[in-house]
Amino acid sequence: MAKAQSHAEFILRRLHTLAGVVPVGLFLIEHLLTNATATDGAAAFNQAVAAIQSIPLLHFVEFFFIFLPLTYHAIFGLYVAFVSGYNSGQYSWRRNLMFTLQRITGIITFVFIIYHLATTRFSGNAPTYNMVHQLVSNPAYFWFMIVGIVASTFHFANGLWSFCIHWGITVGQRAQRITAWVSMVVFVVLAGIGVDALIAFTHPA
Amino acid sequence: MSTATTTATRKVHLIVERQDGPNSSPYKEEFVVDYKPGMNVIACLMAIQRNPVNKSGKRVAPVTWEMNCLEEICGACMMVINGKPRQACTALVDTLEQPIRVSPARTFPVVRDLVVDRSRMFEALKKVKAWIPIDGTYDLGPGPRMPEVDRQWAYELSRCFTCGACVEACPNVNDRNSFIGPFAISQARLFNAHPTGAMHREERLEALMGEGGIQECGNAQNCVQVCPKGIPLTTSIAAMNRQVTYHAIGAWLHK
Ligand code: SF4
Repeated sequence: MAKAQSHAEFILRRLHTLAGVVPVGLFLIEHLLTNATATDGAAAFNQAVAAIQSIPLLHFVEFFFIFLPLTYHAIFGLYVAFVSGYNSGQYSWRRNLMFTLQRITGIITFVFIIYHLATTRFSGNAPTYNMVHQLVSNPAYFWFMIVGIVASTFHFANGLWSFCIHWGITVGQRAQRITAWVSMVVFVVLAGIGVDALIAFTHPA
Repeated sequence: MSTATTTATRKVHLIVERQDGPNSSPYKEEFVVDYKPGMNVIACLMAIQRNPVNKSGKRVAPVTWEMNCLEEICGACMMVINGKPRQACTALVDTLEQPIRVSPARTFPVVRDLVVDRSRMFEALKKVKAWIPIDGTYDLGPGPRMPEVDRQWAYELSRCFTCGACVEACPNVNDRNSFIGPFAISQARLFNAHPTGAMHREERLEALMGEGGIQECGNAQNCVQVCPKGIPLTTSIAAMNRQVTYHAIGAWLHK
């Protein structure tokens, strides 16, 4: 048998791609859908928030299914971005551009989420329609949110494509081409939902 | 006489990135050589070797490079030509934009001028055990046969000549990363597909999960674009990802 090799790096990498989809990616979808209720008015959004607040052991769920995997994905992701090379200037093929974009959007999302959390979850204010409305009434904050939504949904959608290869799901060229298209549809749909909700929040309750 | 003059006046302009030794700093040197119909970059380098005079008329040391088969079979003459790693033997001057920029594949240590040291590729092949062990103390007899459907695609993979173009183009082969490179993953797939090679399948998968292994691939997919043999490297990587996933989960559940 082969002599024992360290598989630490392998496991850390695979956990990183896994965490990005389950649970972080699933949470992103859930979050965007909750926000989308704002398009039905303030009452609908506040009701959706109340439904989430009623989840039993909410702090426990939040910590183990969101914060922990999100922090791992974020910190290890910075390391991945650091040890990657960037040569899309010399080799401007589509996939290589996406490779670079995936890392750039990852870093944008990292910064975005920290600021986003500081102004919402950890701001001390109750998570109501009004709180969000106040925030997005500031045009700078509004545009910051737009950039954050586009970057994070791109990062998630393109990451799905990569995830399917990392786990050996899409093997052939045709399969990878199809999932590339599917991932871009996912991006456009999710970004659309996010931006649409954000615009809804600009209307006073 | 007049035709001779016209062909003689057609020139090829080259800008070669040179380096005198492994530790000396690189510099660019321009050369102008006579055009000949159908000539390739190797023919240009040979012309420089015959008459090592640079564009400004100064006599310089001739440019060194590696070559062997001259028919894209050996992989030795891989260098970066107009920004892309490729074989100099099949880089025809007629198809290249001038001035032709030639530089060594710097992902490897440069020995001199265009000569690079590709031993890291050999190390990578050793690491993933890219061979079939058949030696024993007695005749083991004929091995199992390979199904024709598998032989067909395995043959494609066997055409890799370790040129290193995929290693040069891969963004994740860099000095912050120990990635072994796309070709080694494809070779592990080749030998895992072979009925006799499959007897050592686990050892290759373990190596691929080791340091600098398959997990370092970031799917930039430059490798498949530059491979001169048209090897489906990205398919090989994904196929090995699948084998490694099954192996990793299976091994863990067996412990
Ligand atoms: S896989 Fe292709 S590009 Fe890479 S070393 Fe082999 S022949 Fe060269």
